Amino acid sequence: MYLEATLTPPIQAKLKTTGADAVLRSLVEEDVDLIFGYPGGAIMPVYDALYHYQDRVRHVMTRHEQGAIHAAQGYARATGKVGVVLATSGPGATNLITGIADAMIDSTPLVCITGQVGSHLLGSDAFQETDIISISMPATKWNYQVTKAEDLPAALARAFFIAKSGRPGPVLIDITKDAQFASLDFEYRKCEQIRSYKPVPEIDLNQVRKAAALINSAKKPFVLFGQGVILGNAEEEFRAFIEKTGIPAAWTLLGLSALSTDHPLNVGMLGMHGNYGPNVLTNECDVLIAIGMRFDDRVTGNLATYAKQAKIIHLDIDPSEINKNVKIDIPVLGNCKETLTELTEAVEFNSHSAWRSKFKEYDKVEAEKVIYKELQPTTGPISMAEVINQINQTTQGDAILVTDVGQHQMIACRYTKFIKSKSNITSGGLGTMGFCLPAALGAKLGAPEREVIAVIGDGGFQMTIQELGTIFQTQAAVKIVILNNSFLGMVRQWQQLFFDKRYSSTEMVNPDFVAIAKGYRIEAKSVTEREELESAVKEMLRHDGSYLLEVHVGKEDNVFPMIPTGASVSDIRLD
Amino acid sequence: MERAYTISIFSENSVGLLNRITSIFTRRHVNIDSINSSESENPGIYRFTIVVHTTEEQIKKMVLQIEKQVEVLKAVYHIDEETVFQEIALYKISTQSVAEGNLVETLIRDNNARILSMEQDFMIIEKTGHKEETQDLLEFLRPYGVLEFVRSGRVSVIKPMDELEELK
Repeated sequence: MYLEATLTPPIQAKLKTTGADAVLRSLVEEDVDLIFGYPGGAIMPVYDALYHYQDRVRHVMTRHEQGAIHAAQGYARATGKVGVVLATSGPGATNLITGIADAMIDSTPLVCITGQVGSHLLGSDAFQETDIISISMPATKWNYQVTKAEDLPAALARAFFIAKSGRPGPVLIDITKDAQFASLDFEYRKCEQIRSYKPVPEIDLNQVRKAAALINSAKKPFVLFGQGVILGNAEEEFRAFIEKTGIPAAWTLLGLSALSTDHPLNVGMLGMHGNYGPNVLTNECDVLIAIGMRFDDRVTGNLATYAKQAKIIHLDIDPSEINKNVKIDIPVLGNCKETLTELTEAVEFNSHSAWRSKFKEYDKVEAEKVIYKELQPTTGPISMAEVINQINQTTQGDAILVTDVGQHQMIACRYTKFIKSKSNITSGGLGTMGFCLPAALGAKLGAPEREVIAVIGDGGFQMTIQELGTIFQTQAAVKIVILNNSFLGMVRQWQQLFFDKRYSSTEMVNPDFVAIAKGYRIEAKSVTEREELESAVKEMLRHDGSYLLEVHVGKEDNVFPMIPTGASVSDIRLD
Repeated sequence: MERAYTISIFSENSVGLLNRITSIFTRRHVNIDSINSSESENPGIYRFTIVVHTTEEQIKKMVLQIEKQVEVLKAVYHIDEETVFQEIALYKISTQSVAEGNLVETLIRDNNARILSMEQDFMIIEKTGHKEETQDLLEFLRPYGVLEFVRSGRVSVIKPMDELEELK
C-alpha cells in the first residue's frame, strides 16, 4: 500500500492494540518525550491512551490550541527536535492554523495530530467536524487523514520523516475517531525515504568550484546568512568559511545567533530595521553570498534596486528558493553543512581588511545617530534598547531570547548579544503577534538548563496572555519582560511616518499587568524609572521561577534605522 | 509575455494532491485553463496535464513549487510547440436538424468527426483536435441547434526524449 512503500524493516514483533495506543507507541518510537495540546471530543481516545504513558510522554495542556502550537514551535527552535501538538477536531484543529502557517514560513519541524469525527460522519457537518485537511493544505509541508487504525504507524513515521528532513516544516495528521478506537497489529518502522521526495539535492561540485572562483576573485564580497545555517547544524562550517575568506557577514532575523554577535566578522542585521552598513553596502559589494536565506522582502527592500552591481551566489537546500525573488548567478544546492565544507576547501585565505573597514565607518555613523542614545539615554522615559542592554549585561549573551512581533522585536534582535546558536526565537516570516509567550514556554521546557527570556510588547502579550496559566502550572521558569508603550507601536510608527499621525486603533488602555501576573501566581514588578531598571532586571533573573517584569517605555519612540516600504536598501533612514 | 504553458506532473495517487497543486495557482491568482489526470504508463504513477496562461518567469517558479510537494515525482512545463496535445469534444444535436441540413457527410468527411450514438431525437458527435478545431465545429453546428457541448481538458505528451528519464 502507498504509505508502506519504503519503510525500514520491522524492529519488533507485531502487537495487537488500538489506534490511540498506536499513536502513543509511535511517538515513543520517535523519541518524543514532550508534547503540547488541548483535549476535546474527537481526540479523547488518544488522551485516554496518553494517561498510560505519563511516565514516558509528558503532555503540557496549554490554555488554547494556538498556545500549544507556538509552544511546540518554541520547543523545536530551541532544541532542533520535532515539536508535537495534539488537538481535537473542528475549532481545536482550526486554532492551530496560525501556528502551522508560522511554522511553514519559518521552516519549523512540527507534527500536529488532530482528532476527527468518525469516518462514517465525514462530510456530514457533524458536531465539531471541519475539513482540516483542506484548510491546512497550503500551510503544511504534508498532511494526511487516517481513517483506518492499521495505517497509523506508517502515517506517523512518514510525518516525522517529512517534518524534520530537508527544509523542515509542519505536518498534520488527522485521525478519525473510529480509527483511534479500532484495533490493529502494531509494528513501527521508521521512514527513511519516500520515492517522490528528495529532501536534500545532490551537491554539484562544479557549482561549488564556480562559486569558489568567484569568491576568490572578489574584492568586496559580502555574506548574508539565514536560518539555514542553524537548521543545517552548520554553524561551525559557516564560521570556518567566513574566517578563512575574511568576508563580513550579516544576518537575517532568523539567522541571528548562528554566529556569535561579537564575532569580528559579524557586521549585523539585514533588512528594514537592520544595521546601516550591511544595508547600504549590499548595494556596493561585488559578490553577494547568500547562505540558507530566502531574500524576504523585509530583507531586500525594492528588488529593482537590490544588489544590481553584484554577482550573487546562493547556497540553499530548497531548489524553489533559487531565483524566487532575486536572480542568482551561481546557485549551490545542498545541505549547507556539506556545501560550506566543500566551498571552504576551495576558497583562498583572505582578510578583506579595507572592505571590512567600510562597515566600521557606517557603524560609527549609526552608533552616533541612533545606537548611543537608544542604549544609554539619560533623560526621558526608558527606551526599549536600554532594557535589552541591561539584560545583556546580566546574561552575558547566554540566554535564549524569545520575541513577539513589532517594535520590541526589532529592538531586541538589533541589540541582544548571543554567544550560542538556537538562542533567538521569533516569528519572522509570518509576523505572528501572540507567538512569544507560548513559544518561550516551549523553549524553556525544551532547554530547561538555559535562561529563557520572553520580550513582548503590550499588544502581543494580550493575544496569548492566557498561557500565563500554563507557565504557572508547569512551573517553567520563563522570564517575561513586557515593553509597554500603551500602543501597537510598530503600526503607530507607520501611522506617524506614512499616515500623517492618524493613530487609528493603535492606542491601548492596558490592564494592570502586575496584578494579572499575580492573579496567575507569578511574581511580578513594574518599572517606570531609569534608576530602578538595573535592580529590577537583576531581581527578575535571580528569581527562582517565572517572573514578569513590566517596563514602561517611551510611548512614541520609533525604531530606526528604517527602510521604508518600496525603498532601496541603500536608502535606509537613520531618523 | 504571457502565453499558454502545458505543465506535466507525475505523482503518487493520493487523496487531496490535486487540491495541493491547484492551491499553488490559486495563491498566485493564476487561472487554470484546463486540467486532466490519469494513470501514466508506469502503474501507480499519475499524470496531470495542466494548461495555464502566464509568463515564463512565473511558470518556472510554480513548477518548482509543484515539484517541491512531497508526493510529486516530477513536474515539467512546455510551450505548445514542444508537445503533441489533443482535446476531445462531444456535441449533442437533434437528429432532425442533422438530417434536414444534410450534415452527415460534412461532419464526417470535412471535419473528421465521428458519430458515437444515434437516437430518434438526438445524435452524439465526437471530434478530437486542438481547441480551435473543436471550436470551429461548434460554430458550424450552432445554427442547427446544439443541445449540449462539452470539451475535455488537454492531454499532452512531450517531444523531448530525455526529460522524463528518471521516471523510468
